[in-house]
Amino acid sequence: MSAGPMTTEVAIQQRDVRLVRSRQPAAVSIEGVSHIFERGRPPVLDGVDLTVAPGEFVCLVGPSGCGKSTLLNLIAGLTEPTSGRVTVSSARPALMFQEPALLPWLTASGNVELALRARGVGRAQRRTEAERLLAVVNLEGHGGKRVHELSGGMRQRVALARALAQDSSVLLMDEPFAALDAITRDVLHQELARVWAEQGLSVVFVTHNVREAARLGQRVVLMGSRPGRIVREWQVDIPQPRTIESPGVSSLATEITRELHVEISRHGH
Amino acid sequence: MATDRPPGRPSADGRPGLAVADRDVADRDEERTRAVGAGLDALDTVTLPPGPGLVRKFVRSVLPPIVFLGFLVAVWQVAYLAEVKPPYALPSPADVAGRFWETVQSGQALEAIWTSLSRGAAGFAMSLVLGTLLGLAMWWSTWLRAAIGPIVSGLQSLPSVAWVPAAIIWFSLSNAAIYTVVLLGAVPSIANGLLSGMKQVPPLFDRVGRVLGLSALGRTRYVLLPAALPGYLGGLRQGWAFAWRSLMAAELITYSPQLGQGLGQLLNLGRELSQMSLVITSIALILAVGVAIELLLFAPLERRVLSRRGLTMR
Repeated sequence: MSAGPMTTEVAIQQRDVRLVRSRQPAAVSIEGVSHIFERGRPPVLDGVDLTVAPGEFVCLVGPSGCGKSTLLNLIAGLTEPTSGRVTVSSARPALMFQEPALLPWLTASGNVELALRARGVGRAQRRTEAERLLAVVNLEGHGGKRVHELSGGMRQRVALARALAQDSSVLLMDEPFAALDAITRDVLHQELARVWAEQGLSVVFVTHNVREAARLGQRVVLMGSRPGRIVREWQVDIPQPRTIESPGVSSLATEITRELHVEISRHGH
Repeated sequence: MATDRPPGRPSADGRPGLAVADRDVADRDEERTRAVGAGLDALDTVTLPPGPGLVRKFVRSVLPPIVFLGFLVAVWQVAYLAEVKPPYALPSPADVAGRFWETVQSGQALEAIWTSLSRGAAGFAMSLVLGTLLGLAMWWSTWLRAAIGPIVSGLQSLPSVAWVPAAIIWFSLSNAAIYTVVLLGAVPSIANGLLSGMKQVPPLFDRVGRVLGLSALGRTRYVLLPAALPGYLGGLRQGWAFAWRSLMAAELITYSPQLGQGLGQLLNLGRELSQMSLVITSIALILAVGVAIELLLFAPLERRVLSRRGLTMR
């Protein structure tokens, strides 16, 4: 990794890119969103404001019960907020779950093709397009395999290809790598960073893993629990390519973790 | 190799603002990760050992039932020689084999099998349509499910032969009476199988359908129904077994010249003539048809569906 002026230069250029992008309408805009699951219960989310610029990679971290996943469901349009406004630039954001959630009666290619079918892509085109998307996630030649013949990492990559097949500019990810082993996760981090840069996606990435957030995000948003709200956020100006071991990543992760511990300790008494 | 590329290659991968030195580091990293990823894929991919050969398959699954059958016949022969029962009540295996051969040769067996099987197939087809529609209706309407769910489940445990007297009173000795009994036996199983298959579909699959933007109809067609297929197949299998049993019960009781001679009627004929060898022959034929349908239709179907989904060991 190069040090000193080079890093600063890259950081400035990245910021410039973000400034240019921010003149376009936001990819995701959340204004004053509160959400209550049950009447009489404390709100899950309370007055959350968050804007994601087009092409931006935002990571949400926070303790359990801070409403990270609820927020993601609201952005995905699977739930309506009790109050406030959620606006998304893409009609139907793509969403990836912690489980690959592939349909086991379909092949890898069939899973991707289902997303294309839902978009109204014609039969002949679905085949070639699915092949192309599987190549994007480095799975060329595996399209004919059944889900149970794929490893955990490969399944999650098929899920990513399926999400890409939705052709949405917004990709929502709900702890997608939480169930994977560390080495597979490293590989998928790199894959995701590459795909993100290639496709110009706006990504909202929910995770428990602070290091993962610092590794991937351009911005890390820390949420607090009961009620769920945004506590603090960090701009991450560590240049890509990063790895989970990059010094910048670990020092930022340490800082976020400290803040997270403060937030969690508040609930202990 | 990354280092072989000419320096200052135009940025094709859209990463803005990376200097040449950084790009080389990035390419090397990328290359390395790709190699690790390929290694992981190779290590993690499930490779099943090759299946057993034909001879081993035969020894493992065909031979045991044959040996056991031989053992049963031997016991029977011993019982016959010991005259546990008088010969008219317990004929020798050879006697029964002779009667069996006679029945087959005269065409009587084929006729009975054809009559019963075509009736069973027609009744099962009707049950398939009605049971599927009923199952779907119970899935869509929670009210309907609450209202008739317990009755449908209860009907499953009611032996459908109990309907025979009612069916005869309503429809007299006719095919309609037989089909009534068959339907009452098979429809609840099929409806319940479909319903429980759909109940067991993980909610996550429905969320996937929603996220992909499938309509309610699309989610049913492409997600819910295929996901429910194993349960549905189980229901069909049980539905067929119930239909076949009900049919035999109905044929045994509704004996009339207009109805032709099915396997049940053949069995009844044996009883009326006090011909134990014909009775055993009929039972053997009924059993053979049931086993054949199971082995030739349902077992391969189920195996195929389950192994596609990785739900079965070999």
